[in-house]
Amino acid sequence: MSLLDALLLILALLILFTALSVVVLSLVWIERKFLGRLQRRLGPTRTGPFGLIQPIADAVKLVLKEDLIPSWSDKAIFWVAPLLVLVPSFMIWVTIPAAKNLVLRNLDLGLFVIVALLVVSILGLLLAGWGSANKYGALGGLRSAAQLVSYEVPLVMVVVSVAILVQSLDLRVISASQVPWGAAEPVLNEAREAGANFNHIGLPLVVIFPLGLVLFLLAGLAEVGRIPFDIYFAESEIVGGPFVEYSGAHWSVFFLAEYINTFLVGALAALLFLGGWYGPFLPEWLWFLLKTYLVVILIFWIRGTLPRLRIDQLMTFGWKAMIPLSFAGVVIASLYRFYDWPAWSLSVMSLAILGVVGYWIYRRYTQPVVKLAKIYGHRPRRVSNVS
Amino acid sequence: MSAMENADPLSQTHHVDLMLNMGPQHPSTHGVFRMLLRVDGEVVVDAEPHIGYLHRGSEKLAEGEQYHQVVTLFDRMDYISNFNNEWVYCRAVEKLMGIEPPERAEHIRVILGELNRVASHLLFLGTFGLDAGAMTPVMFSFRGRERVQALFEAVSGARMMHNYLHIGGLKEDVPDNFHSLMNGLLSELQADVEECDRLLTFNEVFVARSKNVGAIDLQTALDYGWTGPCIRACGLEYDVRRAEPYSIYPRFDFNIPIARDGDCWDRYFVRVMEMYESLHIIRQALKEMPEGPVMAGARRLIRPPKGDVYVRAENPRGEIGVYLVSDGTDKPYRVKVRPPSFCNLSALRQLVKNAYIADAVVILGSLDIVLGEVDR
Repeated sequence: MSLLDALLLILALLILFTALSVVVLSLVWIERKFLGRLQRRLGPTRTGPFGLIQPIADAVKLVLKEDLIPSWSDKAIFWVAPLLVLVPSFMIWVTIPAAKNLVLRNLDLGLFVIVALLVVSILGLLLAGWGSANKYGALGGLRSAAQLVSYEVPLVMVVVSVAILVQSLDLRVISASQVPWGAAEPVLNEAREAGANFNHIGLPLVVIFPLGLVLFLLAGLAEVGRIPFDIYFAESEIVGGPFVEYSGAHWSVFFLAEYINTFLVGALAALLFLGGWYGPFLPEWLWFLLKTYLVVILIFWIRGTLPRLRIDQLMTFGWKAMIPLSFAGVVIASLYRFYDWPAWSLSVMSLAILGVVGYWIYRRYTQPVVKLAKIYGHRPRRVSNVS
Repeated sequence: MSAMENADPLSQTHHVDLMLNMGPQHPSTHGVFRMLLRVDGEVVVDAEPHIGYLHRGSEKLAEGEQYHQVVTLFDRMDYISNFNNEWVYCRAVEKLMGIEPPERAEHIRVILGELNRVASHLLFLGTFGLDAGAMTPVMFSFRGRERVQALFEAVSGARMMHNYLHIGGLKEDVPDNFHSLMNGLLSELQADVEECDRLLTFNEVFVARSKNVGAIDLQTALDYGWTGPCIRACGLEYDVRRAEPYSIYPRFDFNIPIARDGDCWDRYFVRVMEMYESLHIIRQALKEMPEGPVMAGARRLIRPPKGDVYVRAENPRGEIGVYLVSDGTDKPYRVKVRPPSFCNLSALRQLVKNAYIADAVVILGSLDIVLGEVDR
């Protein structure tokens, strides 16, 4: 590698980092504004037009704050932990294609690398909890290990079933194989010439494999620790968990990683299930951003609506529902590939399983509530005229 | 015994419970409550409550103040339901002196007291949602509470420490536009309560988090001296407004909501239903409110005769009792308060045993304590 190449690479990484920071700023603004609207507030209004400069003000405040390090903490671990969380979540973005040719390093095993790097952040959270020598931190670190390991399995299984369907781990190929041949041709031909194998489906995977998207989003919510799965921050219980002793710039590194990961879940959902950057009329990168932001806003919406699950409920849901279902997803994807059944059969199987899940959720959560409402003889009225 | 057997790794370990200090600076201990939890993993083995961080010696301070000045001390006990607290103290002195406040004053007291109950329960609803991890109910419920606070400010000039109820009546009459203010407020408040109710009460995750958590049977609850919404959640239809009617409550038509199981969700549910009943009472009181004076006589210096009196009332948190001893001077000889929060809190240790850490927070929230009243 020549010196110029190295410099170009560094420049590209810097641009990527800047772009991600801008994305995080935009996410902070969207979250605050959107949650505000959900809660009938205005959200930030004072900083710039529509409060657009609010995230920058937040960032400046965070960086200027005193960076306290508890005197009895394990200094080395305390310093390293935020980086262990941030660096992998940043590295993942090196392989994420935001458009046909907008990717820093497209890897044949891109999906594999992403899954491998996702796991590293567990270590960072665990170390953060342990190194800060705080009982809440330790509890949070252990919770995060338990939660993330449990939900890593269904996430990986969903990714495996996608790989089985498309016969590729290359994110560009996975996205391209979900659209009609005409649009996908440049990418797929290039891949074929490079000797890659793949299965062109021609439909967004959400159509033929909706089960996968649902499981992916649920597991993704748990992976990034968003309500109702924010057990390991759990502000009202363990006061921020692993982050309890962090402040200032150190804390903002965690914050950055959390939002990058949230965006990653959106991006992966878009690439794996929603047909990536393909779409009519608009430029490719805009389609990618639209789909990603759509998923991210869904995550914010859930955050504004639901309470938090308890740790045992989370584990029950993970091991008794998510993991068996994700294995079922692998099975139906394999059956579909092995016997070369038509695409609608996979949709039907997917929907059938989703129906079973829906019924299970109904039995487990909704039916007791309906019964409760009947016993107590109370049904809240729908309100329409609230000012 | 061989050396191999001794090398069993399990024999080298020993089990130690983690002592987890929760509070007094913790987002969900509702003030400056502190509990020392002994946890085994995620399960609470034992809990030791520590109170007293907000102790200001209100009862002792009252002995050094003139009768009309003690009202301000009561304002600061249960600072979420100030009017109810002022009210019960004023009733104690009035009973001792044998004075009856005028009709209009009684009506206004009922209206403000019930409004304060709604405001207090709205605060509970929001913070209970936060304890369970829901962030939106608190925004909705505070909006409703804010409307009530605005009315309180219009009436008394203060948002919290009103000092509006005086012995023998009220400090002054309500503003001229009181009726129009109230009519606007009531419809908005009804909608606010319904909105919060709809958002949280039968939410699946919320029910999963709070139903069958922190359950207590009726007899045990009675033994702990529970009152108010907490005992009604156990299925006992006990309300001081009915059991020992005071003021003009017998004239009004209202139900006493009860539940069955005595768990966190039931305690929440009873409070939600109480808000509807309170609004119902307010509407009736507003309709019947007569014109006239708001103060019985104009006494500057209050000197009740020698004697003692015990008065109780239904506060949002339960039954508050005031025992007042007078030695015939212008200052009370002794003021003893039976705070509902304190008695309800006393069962905490039993409730959180064998619960999860997350449940401990929800259980504490469901008791709806106010530390100003617990510690006095």
